Amino acid sequence: MTMHAILILGGVGLVFGVFIAIANKRLWVWEDPRIDIVAQMLPNANCGACGHPGCRAFAEGTVEGRITPSECTVANDSVHSAIADFLGVDAGSAVRRVARVMCAGGSDVAFAQAEYRGLGTCSGAAAVAGGGKGCAWGCLGLADCERSCTFDAIRMTVTGLPVVDVAKCTACGDCVEACPKGLFTILPLDAHLLVQCRNLIGGDDALDECRVACTACGKCVQDAEPGLISVESGVAMVDYERIALAEPRAVERCPTGAIVWLTGAQFARVPTNVVSEAA
Amino acid sequence: MAISVGFRHGVHPPEEKELTNQLPIRRMPFADELVFPLRQHAGKPALLCVKVGDHVERGDTLGEADGFMSVPIHASAAGTVVDFDWWPHPDGSMAMAVRLKVDRYAPQVARPRLVPRWEGLTPAEVVQAVQRGGVVGLGGAAFPTHVKLAPPKDSAVHTLIINGAECEPYLTSDHRTMVEYAPRVLFGIRVMMRSLGVLKCVVGIERNKPDAIEAMRAAVPADLAVEILPLTVKYPQGAEKMLIKAVTGVEVPSGKLPVTVGVVVQNVGSVAAIAEVFETGLPLIERIVTVSGHGLRRPANLIVPVGTKLRDLLAFCDGLTADAAEVIIGGPMMGQAQANLDAPVIKGTTGVVVLAKNETREQRSWPCIHCGRCLEACPVFLNPSMLGDLATVGRYEEMSANHLADCMLCGSCAYVCPSNIPLAQLFQASKTALRRQLATVQ
Repeated sequence: MTMHAILILGGVGLVFGVFIAIANKRLWVWEDPRIDIVAQMLPNANCGACGHPGCRAFAEGTVEGRITPSECTVANDSVHSAIADFLGVDAGSAVRRVARVMCAGGSDVAFAQAEYRGLGTCSGAAAVAGGGKGCAWGCLGLADCERSCTFDAIRMTVTGLPVVDVAKCTACGDCVEACPKGLFTILPLDAHLLVQCRNLIGGDDALDECRVACTACGKCVQDAEPGLISVESGVAMVDYERIALAEPRAVERCPTGAIVWLTGAQFARVPTNVVSEAA
Repeated sequence: MAISVGFRHGVHPPEEKELTNQLPIRRMPFADELVFPLRQHAGKPALLCVKVGDHVERGDTLGEADGFMSVPIHASAAGTVVDFDWWPHPDGSMAMAVRLKVDRYAPQVARPRLVPRWEGLTPAEVVQAVQRGGVVGLGGAAFPTHVKLAPPKDSAVHTLIINGAECEPYLTSDHRTMVEYAPRVLFGIRVMMRSLGVLKCVVGIERNKPDAIEAMRAAVPADLAVEILPLTVKYPQGAEKMLIKAVTGVEVPSGKLPVTVGVVVQNVGSVAAIAEVFETGLPLIERIVTVSGHGLRRPANLIVPVGTKLRDLLAFCDGLTADAAEVIIGGPMMGQAQANLDAPVIKGTTGVVVLAKNETREQRSWPCIHCGRCLEACPVFLNPSMLGDLATVGRYEEMSANHLADCMLCGSCAYVCPSNIPLAQLFQASKTALRRQLATVQ
């Protein structure tokens, strides 16, 4: 009985094995062997930040010459040049971009109007009462972005704000998608000017909700090159098409500190939450 | 006694209606300031048509309807427009709202207005009059009522169902409306039946309101084919599709409107609002709100001017008790917890419930033990346990394939869950996330 089973299964296996072997020969397609090598050199994070469906597709594109190696935002310059040298192409140059948070309203400066109890995620809080924070546009601080980050580049501060580690961030956009308040934006690393507020209430009423809110006073508009900053519907907006005109003096007269001149990470002075690190 | 009619599944939360179900409806005085968000209904928000500084009379238009899927917003008191800016909305967001300083010495008499003679009107004119009256579904969803009065041409509506189930715990506003305003409700039914061209109307009322059933039966005129149907006491009996199942025995197909099975459903309060439009010409500027809960000093059924802030409303009911923990607009099952008491009562506000500390659940939840109670509770036969697992890992497309769209967020699953998993909240968040995903794809 056992013998029968072994014979039958073995026979079936043999037949299919032969079939696969033939199929492998007959249906074989030539593929550039460099694709495999380039794919191995890539980070294989499959994050999609380059805009292509995964690292393998990126490797195919680079071998075909459609994509320059530097378009991979995850790999560093040495990887870019290694791929470029291997393929004998130009590495190209890409502006380094990072995710920025447009809210500075931590629990120390933004007022809470209620205690939120319920699902401990930002999307859950946003779906019901909008969380307990007085400002309806601000960061909910429940760390959906931290959990969504593929590269472990986001840490929450003790005041409940996400800090993006500029060195680790690859601008893949996962946090942009995760944030129910739409507070993340992908900006070039050398775009120093940022309005860290999305509160649409203009004037001092905004300060009832948060001490670092933009009051739409317009001082930064006057101090910057014309057209760089505009105040529309209660909050200052930077036109990043003209970011080359930006100068640090634009932020100097801001009464609340809502607009900042960034060099490196945001909220650098606030300690990050060690508890959420363990989670 | 006839056999109880109902639907399968559902839950039996404590009713808590005895706090207010014998209290007659009283009128709430005008507050000093009223707030009117332009978005008070499903569909497009109204378009602002007043300026800051304008004086308006009671019943004047503040915002015009923006197209057919919209209704106007009217001032519920005479006063001066002091501001148009962001204001806390009962749904938890901020919305653009008109702030009206109420004229304390105004007689609060509406301008003399033409009362439409409904007998002479064509159905299209009735629809127009109802839209001008700003009438929306007063059961909570605030769907524009006139849209339901104008079903698509190819549909064959044969039955009008009036929803008097009021299955949410605590709420008694529909109950008191039926007890105290039965003739008005029946007048509204008459107008609707004529406008829709239907010959049959069924009023579904849960059996726990015997006085409402009796009052409605007594008020049915001889020439009107209106059946008063007592229903099983079960949550969510008042959900549109559950009610249709109970009354007609027919299930509305997934993703379809009740019109596809030839039925139009209206809430009792909306019918009374239609009646008021044709009785007095007054638009929907006030509604009956149950203010109840064990965290409130003096529960009541009140006629509240739309735009009254929760703060003023709760103060009129002698304020909160020391152990009040949560203020909810709507019922405790589907209602929205409020973070800011400056949010106003809007047209869709069925009730305000203040829960005491011992009525709220602890925040902690435990892993799913696959007991299957949520499956037995779900009135639309979904698998909340599996959907919950999918939601926690963000697999929204699979949720959609498992009929997330059919979930009406009744909260029965979360109510029975022994692990205290906030299933309804997970689904609400997933629906929002799914909408966002679809929006980015397109």
